[in-house]
Amino acid sequence: MQTKQSTIIGTFRRIDALTVFLYALLVFMGWFNIYAAVLNENSTGIFDVSYKYGKQLIWMIAAFVLAVSILIIDSKFYSFFAYPVYIFILLLLLLVIFMPQTKGQSSWFALGDLKMQPAEFAKITTALVLAKYMSGYNVKLTQWHNVIRIIGIIALPILLILLQPDVGTALIFGAFLLVLYREGMPGWMLALVVYSILLFVFSFIFGSFQVVLVVGAVLLLVSIFLAYYQKNSFRIFIPALLSFALPWLIVYWFSLEISEYLVFLVGFILLFVPLIMYSYRKKIMSFLIVFLVGFGSVSFSYGVDHIFHSILEAHHRTRINVLFGLESDPQGVEFNVIQSKIAIGSGGFTGKGYLQGTQTKHDFVPEQSTDFIFCTVGEEWGFLGVLVVIAIFLFLLLRLIFLAERQRSTFSRIYGYSVASIFFLHIMVNIGMTVGLMPVIGIPLPFFSYGGSSLWAFTILLFIFIKLDSDRDLLIF
Amino acid sequence: MELSHRKYTIAAIFILVFLIFIGRFFYIQVIDTSYQLDAMNNSQRFVVKYPARGLVYDRNKKLIVANEAAYDLMVVVGQVPQFDTLALLELLQVSKEMFLRNYKEASLNKYRPFPIVKQISAKTYANLQEHMYQFPGFFMQVRTVRHYPYSSAGLLLGYIHEVDRADIEQDSYYSKGDYKGKRGIEKMYETYLRGEKGGSYDVVDVRGRVKGKLHDGKFDKPSVLGKDITITLDINLQNYGELLLSNKIGSIVALEPSTGEVLALVSAPAFDPNMLVGRGLRENFKKLTSDTLFPLYNRALQGDRYPPGSTFKLMNSLIALQEGIVTPQYSYTCRGGYSAGRLHVRCHPHESPVDLVKSIQVSCNAYYCALFRSILDANKYPSVAHAYTVWRNHVTSFGLGNSLGIDIFDEKPGFIPQNSYYDRYYGKNRWKSLTIVSLGIGQGEICLTPLQLANFTAIIANKGFYYIPHIIKEIENTSIDPKYSEIHYTTIDSLHFEPVIEGMYNVVHGGPGATARYVAIPHIEMCGKTGTAQNPHGENHAVFIAFAPRVNPQIAIAVYVENAGYGATWAAPIASLMIEKYLNDSIHPSRKWIEQRMIQTNLISPE
Repeated sequence: MQTKQSTIIGTFRRIDALTVFLYALLVFMGWFNIYAAVLNENSTGIFDVSYKYGKQLIWMIAAFVLAVSILIIDSKFYSFFAYPVYIFILLLLLLVIFMPQTKGQSSWFALGDLKMQPAEFAKITTALVLAKYMSGYNVKLTQWHNVIRIIGIIALPILLILLQPDVGTALIFGAFLLVLYREGMPGWMLALVVYSILLFVFSFIFGSFQVVLVVGAVLLLVSIFLAYYQKNSFRIFIPALLSFALPWLIVYWFSLEISEYLVFLVGFILLFVPLIMYSYRKKIMSFLIVFLVGFGSVSFSYGVDHIFHSILEAHHRTRINVLFGLESDPQGVEFNVIQSKIAIGSGGFTGKGYLQGTQTKHDFVPEQSTDFIFCTVGEEWGFLGVLVVIAIFLFLLLRLIFLAERQRSTFSRIYGYSVASIFFLHIMVNIGMTVGLMPVIGIPLPFFSYGGSSLWAFTILLFIFIKLDSDRDLLIF
Repeated sequence: MELSHRKYTIAAIFILVFLIFIGRFFYIQVIDTSYQLDAMNNSQRFVVKYPARGLVYDRNKKLIVANEAAYDLMVVVGQVPQFDTLALLELLQVSKEMFLRNYKEASLNKYRPFPIVKQISAKTYANLQEHMYQFPGFFMQVRTVRHYPYSSAGLLLGYIHEVDRADIEQDSYYSKGDYKGKRGIEKMYETYLRGEKGGSYDVVDVRGRVKGKLHDGKFDKPSVLGKDITITLDINLQNYGELLLSNKIGSIVALEPSTGEVLALVSAPAFDPNMLVGRGLRENFKKLTSDTLFPLYNRALQGDRYPPGSTFKLMNSLIALQEGIVTPQYSYTCRGGYSAGRLHVRCHPHESPVDLVKSIQVSCNAYYCALFRSILDANKYPSVAHAYTVWRNHVTSFGLGNSLGIDIFDEKPGFIPQNSYYDRYYGKNRWKSLTIVSLGIGQGEICLTPLQLANFTAIIANKGFYYIPHIIKEIENTSIDPKYSEIHYTTIDSLHFEPVIEGMYNVVHGGPGATARYVAIPHIEMCGKTGTAQNPHGENHAVFIAFAPRVNPQIAIAVYVENAGYGATWAAPIASLMIEKYLNDSIHPSRKWIEQRMIQTNLISPE
């Protein structure tokens, strides 16, 4: 297959024009929205570089240069230099911890107006190294020593980013779970992780007891279903009911001051023996699994609670509370979300028209050009605008999956899935937080949010894949 | 299942999440109209409620930092129609230039309240309030300003000042126009004193009239009062110290030995903290910073160019006793000074020979040159450098050469040279006991801050231990830093303090030759030591340290008077007056003349 030459012109002919078009579309839409968000009476024009929209134009030109350079560089370069660049970025992540703090985080290298956030680039290098390692000869997700290395590759940058501390960016690395799933990680693991995260978040917001009640109710329904479906005896419900009801009755009767978890624990212990006997006799595992899921959920939920209240210090607690929007603070997180919702909600079906938004302009919405840029879309373009932008994002993501699947080299496929997953998590968290579906975590919306560092990082991330895709017939590693 | 089929699962996840989002947006934007209504009303105004700052009391519960009400005139430019500028200026009594300049700044953000005239007096406020209806877009906001009833301890109490950009970036609590402690305890205990800002979101119409609360007041937050704190200072003693040092440069530090509490911390020239309050702040601050006598320089903590002089002889006595170099009976014949080679350290006339106790009483220079050399040249150490390390370890165990850790910023460490310092200066192994013999009499390279010297005195009073000196005594509902209740032992055993204290007692109460006889206070047993610190900055500094009473000491004190000459002449009387004031609350009639003389003497510009 050496008929196609990897020339520069060849590359430009083979790149996926649709993806590049979607990219350019999003970047320009972002720029117009930044203009709308920052615009005030003193502004002179969209090219004024003393304002954010003027600066963003400069970042965009630089991003264009970057994109072209990436396409020119030989695609083997990205595989060949994956490890050195990964280590270099890890060193930067280590160094940045000693930089002066802004808003309680040391995440930035500042050079005058130019700010660089190494964590943005760590996503790219981690994706490359992950692709390189996993595409290696005889690397399988069923081999423990391989799995441990994969976890190490992903966990190292996460740990360093948590030290900054920048929980938001660290969270994005969760995107690699989707990649691992595609490459053979068992589905139940993905489900387990998602379930743990949900349990964790809900335990926080609603309290462990409520969560345990809901989990218990669901598991009861599942058990009834199992009993009916597998034609098992319903007799097992008698000891189950007794072992949980008795401890509670005793506690109430004597008004004992015992932690809820201990009462549940007693219930589980009481239930354990008859359940084992029953499962062994009937040779079925289903009830035992339900039991273990219940026990695991309750322990996890109360474990989170215990760590939070007994081990963490007060200022950590506050930070986490704010993260989940539990701390009501007039100038804080919850207020931002309500202002953001007012801005988006006031857009209505068709929006107020470009540059006509009042909420985003009069400083009601905080961080309106960066984290909350999507408010401007919602307010000025209305539901229709939101629909269009979300559709473009979704189209881009599905296109990326399509491109990834048509790769012949494992390296390119894994990298492609990494790109799609990282974009997905960014979009999900960023747009979700503007309407209160996600906790407020300060991460940018790809291509839309103001800022050179993030735009460049997303551009590099995407264009490396476009380059790899253009050479898909040549690459065999 | 074929792994490549998992692409469908992943794509399904993407689509599902995005569908949920679209549903959510549809609900917020199309179905639920309450957000549109909110937006219509969303000309909100956030009115900050500033809590009263915590008060500060002295150790006797006297109020030393109080609050007074002040008013800021706020403006939301976007809500201001044409208005009668002249009428407003008339009411406000401010210059047109300043008003217009601030108005221009306020116009940068037309929808955010901006304090256009700050700290309006209560009288102007009353006048203005009647006419406020004529000026839509303007409103008043109350806040408190500091008042210092005793007009003293400016450096210690510090001051508050409007936050700058750096403050806001560092701590998101602050926003433009807030005030923050910038020095002294106002800065150190800022987080307790400031309380917590509250505020309410009012929904206002186009004319700025309040129409109600945003989301029924859901986001309103009451302000939380600042915490009151009590400090260890005795404000009367502090005032008295500042009075005694008027027209002099120097400092006084008085500690309670049994706790490490700071009773007085004077740096002269002092200034009235009320100067740094209100509208005069900027001007007065400039005045203070350009003053050639540097009143903003806290000499009590930073005076690190002060050699301890003869007071340091006590240190050398203690080290020599601890190391077993001498016994209290060791005596030395002084022939008007100490000579070795080309070196000659002069001494003043006194009886001779002297033993250790007597040597302290008469402050014999020759005795301590010899003593210091016998420590460094003692056979028990392999080398002079080693002996010096041992010596230095004893010295640093008294908290010298390092910052003590008092709860006021800007404390300097003083200077006790390390071996490497002399190695660099003279060359390794090129310096001998004679080279640095001046350390024996507290001269040479060493420097102590007055705080360290006072703490040194407190250690002697305690016979070998100290608590880190501190200002904080109590914070409302909070415990103070545990490091201030932690006992620190020095490397000197308590029995060695006896002869030294005996010597200090004789300095004041001894017979002829005692260097500070005339400062004895009737009915109080005081132990002291004079010092006359030579320094490269002019006339000698007068130094005196003392504690009293001898049994169960209540106060330890160090006094520095810069470029004043003999310690006995200036520093000792001041120290004795301070001690008398603290213990007896009044000055004995037989000593009134000393008090008068000290207060009236001007040592800054001798006429």
